[in-house]
Amino acid sequence: MTVAKLTAGANASFITKAVSHHLFRPLAALGVLLLIDFLLIPGFFRLEIKDGHLYGALVDIVNRAAPLMLAAIGMTLVIATRGIDISVGAVVALSGTVASMLIGGTMVIQDGVPVYVAETPMLIAMAAALGAALLCGLWNGALVAGLGLQPIVATLILMVAGRGLAQLLTDGQIVTVYYQPFFFLGSGYLFGLPFALFVVAAVFGVTALLLRHTALGLFIQAVGINPVAARLAGIRTAALIVFVYVFAAACAGMAGLMISSNVKSADANNAGLMLELDAILAVTLGGTSLAGGKFSLAGSIIGALIIQTLTYTIYSLGVPPEVNMVVKSVVVFLVCISQSDQFKNLWKRRAA
Amino acid sequence: MSARLHHARRLSKAPSFTSMVTVVLLGAMLLVGGALYEGFLSLQVMLNLLIDNAFLLVIAIGMGFVILSGGIDLSVGAVLALSTMIAAWLLQVAHWPPLAVIAIVLLLGAAFGGGMGAIIHYFRLQPFIVTLAGMFLARGLCYLISIESITIEDPLFVAMSQTQIEFFGAFISPGALIALGMLAFAIWLAHYSGFGRAVYAVGGNEQSAAMMGLSVGRTKMAVYAFSGFCASLAGLLFAFYMLSGYGLHAQGTELDAIAAVVIGGTLLTGGYGYIAGALSGVLVLGTIQTLIAFDGTLSSWWTRIVIGGLLFVFCVVQRVMSFKSK
Repeated sequence: MTVAKLTAGANASFITKAVSHHLFRPLAALGVLLLIDFLLIPGFFRLEIKDGHLYGALVDIVNRAAPLMLAAIGMTLVIATRGIDISVGAVVALSGTVASMLIGGTMVIQDGVPVYVAETPMLIAMAAALGAALLCGLWNGALVAGLGLQPIVATLILMVAGRGLAQLLTDGQIVTVYYQPFFFLGSGYLFGLPFALFVVAAVFGVTALLLRHTALGLFIQAVGINPVAARLAGIRTAALIVFVYVFAAACAGMAGLMISSNVKSADANNAGLMLELDAILAVTLGGTSLAGGKFSLAGSIIGALIIQTLTYTIYSLGVPPEVNMVVKSVVVFLVCISQSDQFKNLWKRRAA
Repeated sequence: MSARLHHARRLSKAPSFTSMVTVVLLGAMLLVGGALYEGFLSLQVMLNLLIDNAFLLVIAIGMGFVILSGGIDLSVGAVLALSTMIAAWLLQVAHWPPLAVIAIVLLLGAAFGGGMGAIIHYFRLQPFIVTLAGMFLARGLCYLISIESITIEDPLFVAMSQTQIEFFGAFISPGALIALGMLAFAIWLAHYSGFGRAVYAVGGNEQSAAMMGLSVGRTKMAVYAFSGFCASLAGLLFAFYMLSGYGLHAQGTELDAIAAVVIGGTLLTGGYGYIAGALSGVLVLGTIQTLIAFDGTLSSWWTRIVIGGLLFVFCVVQRVMSFKSK
């Protein structure tokens, strides 16, 4: 044993360090997927510049993963406190609906050219949509922290009622937006890259800064590891829990704006359908423990990219897209089982 | 006066309080409906509540057991859809005899549930994430069989769908009778069998149950297998009702079932509640839908909003009750 260690030298210790890093597994999974794409899909890694924009499969994947990445960032914090938020999809539908209804678009003839004008100034409309999302988060947080309901039940209420409320607002219709500037958020380009990516990067950066440079990250971890001990240690657990749900809802609200801006409409029935499941999946894939306490923001982003790459791969290989769900579920089973202590013990016993 | 107050206070603390609230609520809703709309309180409308919600009742029974054991099963709606799909495919494409199809579908449902239960138990995973993955898997498998809806033309299934059994001048469907039979069996199972007692014990406190010598693992697996069985039976009832198999059938049914169980007075933390509550919960949900249908001016999304509101009220009542008892 010692001889082997000595001969392998510094190289081996670097490898063991890399393997034991918490991002190793998600990155390896993404790497394997990309390798499969590289081997099977011709021109997968080709990037070209058309009309000043960067085009290519990779850009497409990252762009399409943007709403999921936002939702996953919010979900990470909730799961880190031992919670879960299954109302993400409903919040997406609600915020998209509010924004689309307020902006809408009326046709005005300017200098003989038909131009669409927003019914409400766009910034106010977007603020209102985010405000609605914040209210949703406050509601979830109050139920979990104030009433002490189990998170899955507390957010189930909004999941059931939220879409109903959104449909109530639109009278069950799909709301179409005609106002051009609104589309920039979901399909615009900045410096040749999709604008949505800058939004995700900004949210990720601010969140990571908050977690690293304030005590917030530590508090969240403490609450996730042992809520009672955290409260006894003087952490205002209730306020913290309300905060993470509000934060998750804000992320979902932004994702809702992005989705409705991308499809230029709001469909209360289908917008963000099953997004909560994908977000939970992304967070789990990224190595965040569902038991709380151990979390990784970067891991969740990688998780979201894995999901989107998987979807892209399945589509481009010509496999029926329905297989996607089966593959996803098998991946969840495998990841969860491999995370469990029982499995690790089994593995250790086998190796010993 | 004080005696009456004392009595009222004792009543509100009684274990069956939320269940009684639900029954009173159901009665009140029916009376309001009867007062507002002509013909609402007819026997046929009441029986239609059962006919239209037979599948939901069966699913809620299975969900009731799972929640009593302290778990949750999010896969039931997807298993229902998968069952309709497998039944339709075996009947229409493989031309199996209908009775064999029914047996196979029920077996597969129980095996699917039992498999999830085994993963939950052996790897100590949260039921919610495992059954969520199960939901993805079952829906995905539906589409692997066929993306389109498959119409069922088997004579037995058609007969089950069209038979109307006379009942005091009104009629009831065989599916509703099967659901009621299942309810009777489940009440016996929960309150008069060793399995039922084990489920309550595991839901009340898993460690105590294990120390008492109960086989926690076997009980948990059996509970999920039972829920899977109920979901596939509900799938068959749904197939009788719709005469088709389709991957998009019964979306969101798991939420309705959870709502029905909670409204029926079962504590979400497990170990406490009545299986019969599933019936009152399902009837409350069905009555809301019927009221909205009778009104005609209210749109369908009001159903979701009202169910969400009811869920909220009942969760709050449950919490307040458990605060009091502490």
